[in-house]
This record gives sequence, structure tokens and C-alpha cells, in this order.
Amino acid sequence: MKFLKFFLIVIILFPLSSINADENDKRNKITKNLRCLICQGQSVYDSDSEFANSLKIVVDKKLQEGLSEDQIYEYFKTKYGEWILYDPGLNKNTYILWLLPILIFLIGGAIIYKSFIVKK
Amino acid sequence: MIYSLIGYYSLIIGLIIGLSLFYFSYKNFNNSNTLDTKILSFTFLQLFFVVISFLCLIFSFVISDFSNETVFNNSHTTKPLFYKISGTWGNHEGSLLLWLLVLTLFIFLFLVRTKNQPVKYKILTLVFQQIIIVGFFLFLIKTSNPFNYIFPIPTEGLGLNPILQDPALAIHPPVLYLGYVGSSIIFSSVLAATSLKIISTSWASHIKKWILISWIFLTLGILLGSIWAYYELGWGGFWFWDPVENVSLMPWLALTTLLHCILVLEKKSILTSWVIILSITTFTLSMCGTFLVRSGILNSVHTFANDPERGLFILVFLFILIFLSILIFFFFHKDNDRKSHSFFWLSKETSILINNWFMMYFLSVVLIGTVYPIFLDVISSQKISVGPPFYHKLIIPFLIPFLLMMAIGPKLKWIKSQLEDKIYLISFLIISILLAFLVLKNFNQNILINTILISSALYLFFMTLRDFFSQKYKNISQNIAHFGFSLLILSILFNNLFASEIITNLKVGETFENSKTKIVFESVDQKKEKNYNAIVANFFISNLNGEEDRFSPELRIYNQPVIATSEADIKTTLMSDKFIVINLVQNQDFFNVRYQVKPFMLWIWLSVILISFGGIVSFLQKRS
Amino acid sequence: MKNKILPFSVIIIFGIIFFIFYKGLEDSKIYIPDVNTKKEIPVFNTKEFFSGENVKSSSIFELDKFYLLNIWSSWCVPCRQEHPFLMNLNLENKLNIIGMNYKDNLKNAENFLKELGNPYKEIFIDLDGTIAIEWGAYGVPESFLIYNNEIIKKYIGPLNQELIDEINLLIK
Repeated sequence: MKFLKFFLIVIILFPLSSINADENDKRNKITKNLRCLICQGQSVYDSDSEFANSLKIVVDKKLQEGLSEDQIYEYFKTKYGEWILYDPGLNKNTYILWLLPILIFLIGGAIIYKSFIVKK
Repeated sequence: MIYSLIGYYSLIIGLIIGLSLFYFSYKNFNNSNTLDTKILSFTFLQLFFVVISFLCLIFSFVISDFSNETVFNNSHTTKPLFYKISGTWGNHEGSLLLWLLVLTLFIFLFLVRTKNQPVKYKILTLVFQQIIIVGFFLFLIKTSNPFNYIFPIPTEGLGLNPILQDPALAIHPPVLYLGYVGSSIIFSSVLAATSLKIISTSWASHIKKWILISWIFLTLGILLGSIWAYYELGWGGFWFWDPVENVSLMPWLALTTLLHCILVLEKKSILTSWVIILSITTFTLSMCGTFLVRSGILNSVHTFANDPERGLFILVFLFILIFLSILIFFFFHKDNDRKSHSFFWLSKETSILINNWFMMYFLSVVLIGTVYPIFLDVISSQKISVGPPFYHKLIIPFLIPFLLMMAIGPKLKWIKSQLEDKIYLISFLIISILLAFLVLKNFNQNILINTILISSALYLFFMTLRDFFSQKYKNISQNIAHFGFSLLILSILFNNLFASEIITNLKVGETFENSKTKIVFESVDQKKEKNYNAIVANFFISNLNGEEDRFSPELRIYNQPVIATSEADIKTTLMSDKFIVINLVQNQDFFNVRYQVKPFMLWIWLSVILISFGGIVSFLQKRS
Repeated sequence: MKNKILPFSVIIIFGIIFFIFYKGLEDSKIYIPDVNTKKEIPVFNTKEFFSGENVKSSSIFELDKFYLLNIWSSWCVPCRQEHPFLMNLNLENKLNIIGMNYKDNLKNAENFLKELGNPYKEIFIDLDGTIAIEWGAYGVPESFLIYNNEIIKKYIGPLNQELIDEINLLIK
């Protein structure tokens, strides 16, 4: 019974494993991380506004020039400010943002640990 | 116009009834073995008048009564009838009226359906709920009156944003509110129960039904919102970690955690503090969400009109409720079950605690991500964006242990447990890992994290499936819900990994071809409907597997308000969706075409329905 | 004593949160990228509007003179509204107005100028919008006040009388 299920699922999934990853991966990754500034809530990748389309062309150009992903982000940050990136990097503005949830997790863990460390 | 008058005065009457209910509750608090009929009938009357008011607003929309400012701002004579009706709650004022409707409905049902609980408890619940209700009446009448009169009466309205004219979005608010606003009754009853110190296992059974109802509707409401985003917004995504989406997710996380705790409290007298705090938190998050979305403090593609005055009212209201809850909690709740707080490490109690721990972590991630930009802006005038990468990085790694715990936790016994069936547990784990690796081996990206993630989800998948078939039927609702969750994670992961996209520019008559797909841009037609004109683009798309389809995405220009939208054409099958959307390019004679193949989309929707179905089964079960 | 700490700290934390949200309500919430720091103007190559000849940015902007760079398009509605102000500003002859025609069809742009007048000393084109991004602009219309190859002020949206007055003050 178990092996039947096993084979069923393998058969269903197998054709999928031959699909290749998309082209333009890096460009997509970057544009997904850039905010379309005139769209109020879409990434440059998703948006088809004039601004977004021009930005995609600029990203392509910079990639051709050989800039790294981080360098491209820096470029846009100097032009438009931190706001244009969806990934709030780890910098002095965002330490609390990233670390507070982790801190909460650890504190929660400590509380739970205390509640059963006594008896065994 | 008469309907505006009736509607407005119904609201005034409702407010007065609310105030008088305070009085009656106070008078009858001590001297009752049964609930005073006056209280019950006045609660019903309050509901009745809110219904009248709501119907008046709907009717004003239907007949396009533009003397009503809300109708003028949000409707148009050429709108189809269905959307005239749903336009009632598609705006700020109307949606608040919907809030009131659900608030008054739930307290009435609560009073009628609650048996075997002390009358004082029912009265006190009523009092707390009325605080919320009266607050909303005041908010509505003072800052957001749906029945404002404008003169001279315009002949035509400003219309409803066309992306809101969609069936999923039409029913999304009512369903969502039944969950979201329905948590108010949990809030009120928990405060009442805490004050009277009657929180116990029998009380838990009583409140469980209400938690289930709220949870089921909230789950379905969120689902509808995602379905709408997928079909309407044209970018093929269903969740963007947009503030308004997060704002509906946060109460859901708290409510799910609460649900788990109440299921425990029903059997053993532990986790009472958790239950109280989570009940308060759920509704507080709902109110907080309302604040964030309507006050203009956040930027989002979904926000209602920005109005700081309204924002201030909600903010003050919200914090009054918070402080009230804090006071009641610390004053009345004495944690009696200190003794049973030391659990054996391998037991059901611990696994529930661990569940709570992870859920609260997820909740804090979403909460912090959503409000942090506000805090940063106020404190240091720096503006940043917090988008999907943040949430993914913080949530995905923690999903792995979470999924594994979901698989093992339900098997543990109370107090002390040993792992039975160790053979099954380990062999399934190995099968999951192998399977995941098999699936991913042709991928180069992130293979380690994806393998582990898929293995964990598969593990949960197999475990719940096996429990279902081994006919233990001990806890079928939990089984279904957890299975649904594993299916959801798997669907999302596979959808993400195996989706493919082609973006190209095509003129009419041109063809795009790559190694797997051929897209032929056949022709362009024009279409005229009641409230929009459209360009329909006809495509013929074939792929390597021999599948052929015709697609007709549209570019629409609506007449009021004048907005251009892009309507995707989506072909849904059981295993994947094919999604195509076109866009005009400024000053060019070609179109920008986006064609996506998205596997397992349908499974994402189905798995959420399955999760809520687990809740429905639990709701319908007789008490064992 | 221990029992009192927890409620008090919770109340204080929520008080702080309330205060922050309260202040948050007061600010405007549509984010406009930083308009005030002095930045060097970008260096770029493009084509001149009428002739189609290649043009370098260094030849457009000279030192010791004030320039107003105006990004415009024929398909942009607010550009029509601000155009008369630009015409007047040009008549006053106090600074040079340079036009950047953004993502436009040249014929339509020419008609636009024929219809509303041409206040620009020079016009160059930005067909794909990438030059506007070099300037840190994101839409039309936008204008930049330039002196000594530095951006002194950036204006987002159409110019109006108030802003024109401000420009006049700045170029004294």
C-alpha cells in the first residue's frame, strides 16, 4: 500500500523534474526585489508601468556592464533611496527589524524550556 | 433619499439601544437566574435596526440614489446589478456598516445560543461587546456616515474601481468580516469569563464553537482575497506580503493558535493564560488592522481613502480596548495551574506549547515587518520598504521544524509519551527525503533548503495520510486540517519551483517560439460592454506535450472611473494553470505579452478549503 | 513586587506604541524620494530632438549658468498644464530651460510643441526612459534646477506659480 503511494507520486512528479530553470534568472531576481515607485505595491518585475519598464532596461544594461547584484542595488539606492529595495538589508536602520523576531523566538524558547526542565 | 433618512436614523436608534443596554445590564446584573427578556429583545432590536440601515444603503446603491454621498463616490448607473450591490461594502463607510452588522449579529446569536453558562457571564459579555458596538456607532456617525446628503444631486456617480468588480472580491469582505469581526465575540466573552473567574474546561467547550466559526470564515475570507488577487490583479501572484494582506493574516495566526489552546483547555485545565491573551490579541489585531488600513498610515495597493481624523479615532478606540483588557487580565486572572506547568518534555502538552511558540514567532515576524517602517519613519525619518524577501528569509527556515512537529505532535500522549511506531516514523522520513531529492535533482538553485523543506512537508503529508487510512478516526478534523496544510505548503513550493514564464513583445500576426512553447498572436478584436470597451487579443499557444489552447486576454477601458485594466486569461486544470496577460507599450505598435505556466495553482486553493473543512468537521462533531 | 513589574512594563510598552502610531498619523504618507541633497548631474549621451544628432551631456550644461531641466511628454496630461508656466519663465530670460522628451513619439512631441509653444533652449530625447532614471526621476513631469553641474532642487509633478516663484528666488 505504501509503495503504491510512493510510486504514484514519483510518476506524477517525474515529468516536472525535467523542466529547466528560467533564463534571465538574475535579472528577474533583481527586478523582483525592486519596488515600482509609482505603483503603490508592486515590484518592478510584476509591473508594466513606464517606470518599471525603463528600470528593467537599466538593470539589463548594468548586468551587461558586469555589475554585481549588490552593485546594482547600490546604484538604485543612490538614485532613489533605500525605499526602492524590498529586501531591507542588514544595516544600522534595520538591526531591530531583523533581530527582534529572532529575539522573541529565543525568549519564547527560554520560557518553554523553563516550564519543563524541572520534572522529568 | 428617504432611504438615507431611514438608514441614518436607524443608526441613531441603534446607538441609543446600545447605551440603554448598558443601563439594563447594570440593573439586571445581580438579580437574575435567567436573562432578562428586555435585554434579549433590545439586543435583537439593535441588530434589526442595523440590518435596516444596511438594507437602506444597499437599496440606495441599487437605485443609484446619488443624493447619497457614498453612492455618488462609489457607484455608476451602468454598473451591473451584482456590483452595485457589492459596491455597498466595497468602500470605507459601507464596510463599517458591515462591521456593525457582524458585531450585532454575533452578540445576538451568542445570547440566544449560549446555554449552561451563568447569566452574569452572558450579561457581562454583552457589556463588553456593546463597548465595541457603541464605539463603532460613534465612529460611523461622527466620521464615516454612509448617509451623507449632497446637493445638488448629481446625475451620475464616480463609479467603482473596475478591479473591485469581481465576484471573488464581492463576497470577500462579508466572509472575511464574519471571521475578523466575529472574533469580537471571543474577545468580549473571554474578558467576561476572566472577570467572573469561570474559565474552565466546560467553558472551553462552550467558547470553542465560536472560535471555530470565526476561524473557518477567516480562513475562507483570506482565501477569497488571494483568489481575487490572482485572477484580477494581473501579475499571477496570490500573496505579496502587502500590508493589507498581512493585516488579515495576523489575526488568523493568533486565532489558529487560540484554537489549538482551546482544544487543550477543553480536556485539561491548563494554558488558561494563553487562551485569554490570545483571545484579546486576535481581536486587537483585527482592530489594529482596521487602523492601519484606513488611517492612511501605510502605503498599499489596497488602502481605502486616507483620512487621519478617522485614523485617530480608531487608534484611541483601539488602545482603550487594549488597556481595558490589560487591566482585566492582570487584575482578575490568577494563574491557578502553576502546579501543572511543569510538563514532561515528550508529551502532548509540550508539543502544543511548541506549536504556540512557533506560531507566535511567525506572528511577530509579520507584525514587525508590517509596522516597522512606520516606527522607523517616526523615530528617524528614514523610509524603507519591507517586502517578500524579509518574510521569506525569516519564515521558511522555521517552517521545517514546524512541519516536523506537526507530524509528530498529534501522536504524543498527554503527560508522558513514548514514541510508538518508531519504524513508521523513521521510514516515512527517509522516503520523504528521497522523494524530495529525486524531484529536485535537476535544479541548481537552493537545492539543500528546498530538499529539506519539501521533505518536511512530504513527511507531514504522509503521516497525516497514513493516520487517515489506518482508521484511527480519533481526531479526524485535526487530521484533515493538518493534511490540508501539508498540501498547501507542497503546492506553494512546487508552484514556485516549477513555474515558467515567457515575456516577449509581439505584433499582431507574429509568433514567438522557444524549445518548449509556441505562441501565435493571431488577431485583435474589439468588444463593447455596458461599462467598458475592450481590445481582445487572440492567441494560439501550443507546447511540447501536444497541448494546444486558445487564449483571449483583454485590455479594458472602463467608462467611470476612466481606468484602463489588463484582464488576464487563465486556463485552469487540475495540474496547472496557464496564465496570459498583455499590456500596451507606450508609442509602439506591439504588445507586451506575458505567458506563465503555473503548476498546482488549483491545489493551493483546494488545500486551504481542505484546512477550513477540517474546522467545519470539528464544528459539526458532537461533543465526545 | 515582582507581580507589579509585568503589568506596568506592559502598559508602558503599549503607551510608547500608541505614541509612535499617533505621531505616524501626522506625517504625509506618500513617499517622495529625497528632493533636497545636492547631487552631481549625471553624465550621458543621447540624441538631439530635432536633428537626431548625437549629443553629450557635457556640451549641454555649462558652468556658472542656471538651467532648468524639464522632463515632458506629449502623452502626459499634467505637462500640458505646466507648459504655459515654462513659456513665461522662458520669456523672463533668466535661465536656460532644457527639455528631456521622455518615451515619446517624435511626431506627437513635435505637434505638442507646435500647439503649446517651445520654451526650451535645447531638447534631447530619452526614448527608453533610462536617462530619466540616471537623474533619479520616475515619471513625468519632473524638473531639476541645476547650477555648476549640481542639482540644486528637484520638483516632482507639474510646476505651478508658487514653484516658479521659488525658482526665481533661487536663481538670484
